[in-house]
Amino acid sequence: MTRDALLSVRDLSASVDEKTILHHVDLDVAPGEVHVLMGPNGAGKSTLGHVAMGDPTYTVTGGSIVFDGNDITELSTDKRSRAGLFLSFQAPVEIPGVPLSSFLRSTLDERPDMKMKNKQFRKTIKELACELNMDQAYLDRELGVGFSGGEKKKVEMLQLLLLKPKLAILDETDSGLDVDALSVVSQGMDAYRERCDGTLLIITHNTRILEHLDVDRVHVMVRGHIVAEGDASMISDIDENGFEQFIGADDASEAHE
Amino acid sequence: MPKKRTQVADIDRSMYDFRYDDSDEEKLQAGLTPDIVREISAKKDEPEWMLEHRLKSLEIYNSMPVSDWGPSIKGLDMDNIVTYVKPNTDQKSDWDNVPENIKDTFERLGIPQAERSYLAGVGAQYDSELVYHSMQDSAAKMGIVYSGIEEALHGEYADLIHEKFMTLITPRDHKFAALHGAVWSGGSFVYVPKGTKLDYPLQSYFRLNAKGAGQFEHTLIIVEDDADLHFIEGCSAPKYNVANLHAGAVELFVGKNAHLRYSTIENWSKNMYNLNTKRAIVDEGGSVEWVSGSFGSHVGYLYPMSILNGRKARCSFTGITFAGQGQNLDTGCKVVMNAPETSTSIETKSISKSGGVSTFRSSVVATPKAEGSAASVSCQSLMLDDKSRSDTIPAMDIRCKNVDVGHEATIGRIGDDKVFYLMSRGIPEEAARTMIVNGFADPVSKELPLEYAVEMNNLIKLEMEGAIG
Repeated sequence: MTRDALLSVRDLSASVDEKTILHHVDLDVAPGEVHVLMGPNGAGKSTLGHVAMGDPTYTVTGGSIVFDGNDITELSTDKRSRAGLFLSFQAPVEIPGVPLSSFLRSTLDERPDMKMKNKQFRKTIKELACELNMDQAYLDRELGVGFSGGEKKKVEMLQLLLLKPKLAILDETDSGLDVDALSVVSQGMDAYRERCDGTLLIITHNTRILEHLDVDRVHVMVRGHIVAEGDASMISDIDENGFEQFIGADDASEAHE
Repeated sequence: MPKKRTQVADIDRSMYDFRYDDSDEEKLQAGLTPDIVREISAKKDEPEWMLEHRLKSLEIYNSMPVSDWGPSIKGLDMDNIVTYVKPNTDQKSDWDNVPENIKDTFERLGIPQAERSYLAGVGAQYDSELVYHSMQDSAAKMGIVYSGIEEALHGEYADLIHEKFMTLITPRDHKFAALHGAVWSGGSFVYVPKGTKLDYPLQSYFRLNAKGAGQFEHTLIIVEDDADLHFIEGCSAPKYNVANLHAGAVELFVGKNAHLRYSTIENWSKNMYNLNTKRAIVDEGGSVEWVSGSFGSHVGYLYPMSILNGRKARCSFTGITFAGQGQNLDTGCKVVMNAPETSTSIETKSISKSGGVSTFRSSVVATPKAEGSAASVSCQSLMLDDKSRSDTIPAMDIRCKNVDVGHEATIGRIGDDKVFYLMSRGIPEEAARTMIVNGFADPVSKELPLEYAVEMNNLIKLEMEGAIG
């Protein structure tokens, strides 16, 4: 493995209901870099994000995930989060009866180094809401309940900026379709990069979200295999020629197994 | 006052489970005979009509079958229940005069503190008798009466009590109402005169300390026309390995355009058979609001009933039931809409866990007089594992035209996606599940006074502890 990678996925295979979704995936992300995971619909990109975060829906059948020098393959999701890993959700859930602000408070309370007094906490989240053009009234509303797609996205970005993780995996598979959501995410990513020198792994199949970003590396996934990797120039190539060029490449990689 | 909240937040199981030796209490023999009933009556120096009422109720009790529906009460053997346990004190109006062990009990339950901070009056019952009753002078000056009901039988409102006592809940209602009629002891009487509005709640707390005993308190509340009252009832008991029984009765009379809110947090121990009966009758333009949290008891039957007996009378029922291991809680409410343009709103939540059984049972009746009335019933159930059970049995009986009724029910589980989401933000699994359950309970907890909402959240937290793995 790359010695100084922040996230190092090695030979990772994962399945759901005995159907293998990820096949021997290798992927390294160094601190401070911006990586993009691209691929057609249903390639397993979101699955990789969820498996990295420890979603119990999936079973890891082989390989390992090392984060910040520690093997986290078996670690519970909450511990991965507290270790500095973050996953933004494609479709954040709704938790009726739990105000957004109390939820945010709980996320901080679990992190001894981030505890703050109530007054300071209110001030911090209000500032972040303001920065993301989010109506402050949302802070007292029930988490996700009745939020539009754009508002849910804002809540995800607010958490990114509040928790300041070492690595953020942004699952933006569909947000390229929604112009508002797109700008929210762009703004969130910029602030995160600027303020925390954050490391990003962006999952998408749409290149528009990447327009203003300095991308270090692109990984292409097809049918659960990483089939191609390269620098930022791959993005314009994919923009012009689509993913067709990679389809079939996974058969070749399967032949190696 | 934030300090008070912390006090409640710090409770642990011992808050409810501690108990005192009951050897210095005066106990009647277990079981039920006319002699025992006479003995209870004699101890109370009560009017002759009450003794007659007791003996008649006992006859009815002996002639009535146990109901053939609902959770099993086979574990309850009346021959083993001590119906009367007198604590070693008379009723006091100063906590300093209450015996140390009893005072300590209520202090640990936070009652005197609550009295100081936000209540207008407090009654505290220990086993069969009230040990403390007090109300602020300001409330007394408004003409409000809040006292032990037995004491009130000798007071200014004795005739009024005679006129109302067990007329809403008659001994013929069901077997345990008859039992109550025979052996009732303790409980509070509240009288709120016409046009009087009390800004702070009154609270009665019932504590059953004695092993194998029954508690049969009677609460009678009369809220006259245009008056307003919030009454809070709390109850708890330490756990024993033999059955205890609670068969209280609550009768509420709500006058024209009057308003009564009746809040209950029930946390009996899990050896308790809670066979309680509560009923309100509401006159024209009046309203009754029930807020009910049921957490304790081994078996519970509880369906507070509202009779909407005047035009535009209203009732709302907001309830939550949490059935854990070894608990079978059959709860809900009943409404009779017996006048035009009445309205009913029922919203309940039930949670079952670790093999607990929670049943929501409701009955809404619109009589031929109920034209233009409306009723909505909503119940949501949450099952926390595969061993637990949740049932919903809503009944509606509509006997007139032009009545708007609606019913919705959902039964669900905690979504794994929700737990994963919360955990992905660093919240441990148990805390994540507790947060979801607390959120589910929120519509009820926000109806409760702050201190009780905090207590309820803590009760949920206690129930959720060790729920994982």
